[in-house]
Amino acid sequence: MRRIPLLVPALWLLGFVALPLLVVLALAISQPGDGVPPFVLPYSAATGWQPNWEPLGLLVQDDYYFSAFLQSLRVAGGTAALCLLLGFPMALGITRATPRRRPLLLMAVLLPFWTGFLPRIGAWTGILRDEGWINGLLRGLGWIDAPLPLLYSDTAMFLGMVHAYLPFAVLPLYASLSRLDRTLEDAAADLGARPATVFLTVTLPLAAPGAVAAFLLVFIPAAGEYVIPELLGPPEALLVGRVLWQEFFQNRDWPVAAALAVALLLVLILPIRLFQRLEARQ
Amino acid sequence: MSLLEIAGLSKHFGGIAALEALDLRVEPGEFLALLGGSGSGKSTLLRLVAGFEQPDAGSIRMEGRDLVPVPPHARPLNMMFQSYALFPHLSVQGNVAYGLKRDGVPRAERDARVAEALEMVGLAGFASRMPHRLSGGQRQRVALARALVKRPRLLLLDEPLGALDANLRERTGFELRALQRRTGASFIMVTHDQNEALALADRVAVLEAGRLVQLGPPRAVYERPATRFVANFLGAANVLEGQPDGAGGLDCPTLGASLRPAEPMPPGATACALRPERILAQPGASGPNTARGVVEDVAFRGDDSLLLVRAAGGALLRVSHAEEDGPPPPPGTALDLRWEAAALVPLAG
Repeated sequence: MRRIPLLVPALWLLGFVALPLLVVLALAISQPGDGVPPFVLPYSAATGWQPNWEPLGLLVQDDYYFSAFLQSLRVAGGTAALCLLLGFPMALGITRATPRRRPLLLMAVLLPFWTGFLPRIGAWTGILRDEGWINGLLRGLGWIDAPLPLLYSDTAMFLGMVHAYLPFAVLPLYASLSRLDRTLEDAAADLGARPATVFLTVTLPLAAPGAVAAFLLVFIPAAGEYVIPELLGPPEALLVGRVLWQEFFQNRDWPVAAALAVALLLVLILPIRLFQRLEARQ
Repeated sequence: MSLLEIAGLSKHFGGIAALEALDLRVEPGEFLALLGGSGSGKSTLLRLVAGFEQPDAGSIRMEGRDLVPVPPHARPLNMMFQSYALFPHLSVQGNVAYGLKRDGVPRAERDARVAEALEMVGLAGFASRMPHRLSGGQRQRVALARALVKRPRLLLLDEPLGALDANLRERTGFELRALQRRTGASFIMVTHDQNEALALADRVAVLEAGRLVQLGPPRAVYERPATRFVANFLGAANVLEGQPDGAGGLDCPTLGASLRPAEPMPPGATACALRPERILAQPGASGPNTARGVVEDVAFRGDDSLLLVRAAGGALLRVSHAEEDGPPPPPGTALDLRWEAAALVPLAG
């Protein structure tokens, strides 16, 4: 009887995490085919065990995929760094606000979660495109003749990424900063530290675990992001998510798409483990 | 010149007065205890002196210099925090060296002074320990070393013994006073524990609701409380209420007694303090400064027993029965009680 409460999450994990993962793994070592669905599983009663290592090998051999991984890590790392830079003063501001205003500010951080994801990205398109608000305003003022190429650029992509992922950074930072004992800052000041020194020698080091958590919490999902680079980024920003989409829907090469998914998971295992260890320690 | 001069200091929090026009001087090399309950303003006073709060009115001068506009990091004093506030990410060495680093003390001198400070608090050899691997008593010593290493002339201590368990508290108290004498610094210690204040301080300042109600050496404050509050706060004296009898004494109907203090009652005063150990049992005693009652309860306290005696008029008296006088009278015993006129302390408020 006592095991029943544990049974529910175990079944959930089995059905919705382990089984799909097994399917993806099986797909990654399947033969591509022309049927529907377009693959042949590595095992059948007739042919026996016939794994196809080509898709996984392709990822290592072909620079195209390797550079997609590098691009993904660059965009995820850049997004996480920007979110950290923006999120830290935000989180600090919320912890130092009066108790009455704090929930209001926290809600403002969470508010984007409650509006649709696509409309928010769509809004950026409206603001940044050639006939958009910014170009319209600059042309109306007579400052520019031709529209600035704002949309489909790295800038636009990072704007969208930071906009979407900022709450993931603010919340862990807020959690760690609100746990910080303010008398430690008083003690530092009492011992002769100026406010900037207090921040650098006490506040910042004590918030470091929260900052690492914030970075990873943005980095991990951002590495697999597909929609934002597709809608806002430049065409050459071929991230793993985009390449995976192409393989799956345009090339109909499910084994390579599955191999990409497996590889991304392997790449992210290290930061995920790091994050888990950090959480366990706190 | 006094080391610290506080004049007319007031602080309000949201319309509630935490401190009300407080005057106080601290002499060089003095150990002063700020004694009061929660909400008495004692911690606010300490935070004002340290610079973590700004006063609404009044002045704080140290060696003649006005401290109010000086930010905390530039004030020539140090504080030991109630929770110790040790930096959890720094070792014992890092904690104690923190203040010296801020002053730009060169490495070699810094190391020597940190070692000296740790030696002074009995923690030599603990320099590389992290704070979470120290016991409560060791943390208290690190906090003390960290505050003393800068050799301040004034050290503020917020409940320095409050977080220690009882057997450690007494020993640490003695050490604290020895350190104060050795360094020659003035200590201002905030405490809610009257025994601690009386045992350690040269002078005790009793605060009530943001006001200084009595200031003096421990013995004077203990033996001659100025008000009902001080009498109650400083270790359970009997506060006897009555009406002036026109002859320099008080009629005390709840006690069934007439109080005749050795000194005249101040005008308007309607109460006297009487310590339990000054009340004697004497069969047949009668007249002024005597009462009769029945023992209701007896509590053994080691060197004496505390008797709760219900007086004829209904008041409950606390009477100390010394151990060398034999076993205390059991509950139900009728007692004739007597006290010296000099034992009665008229209370002003």
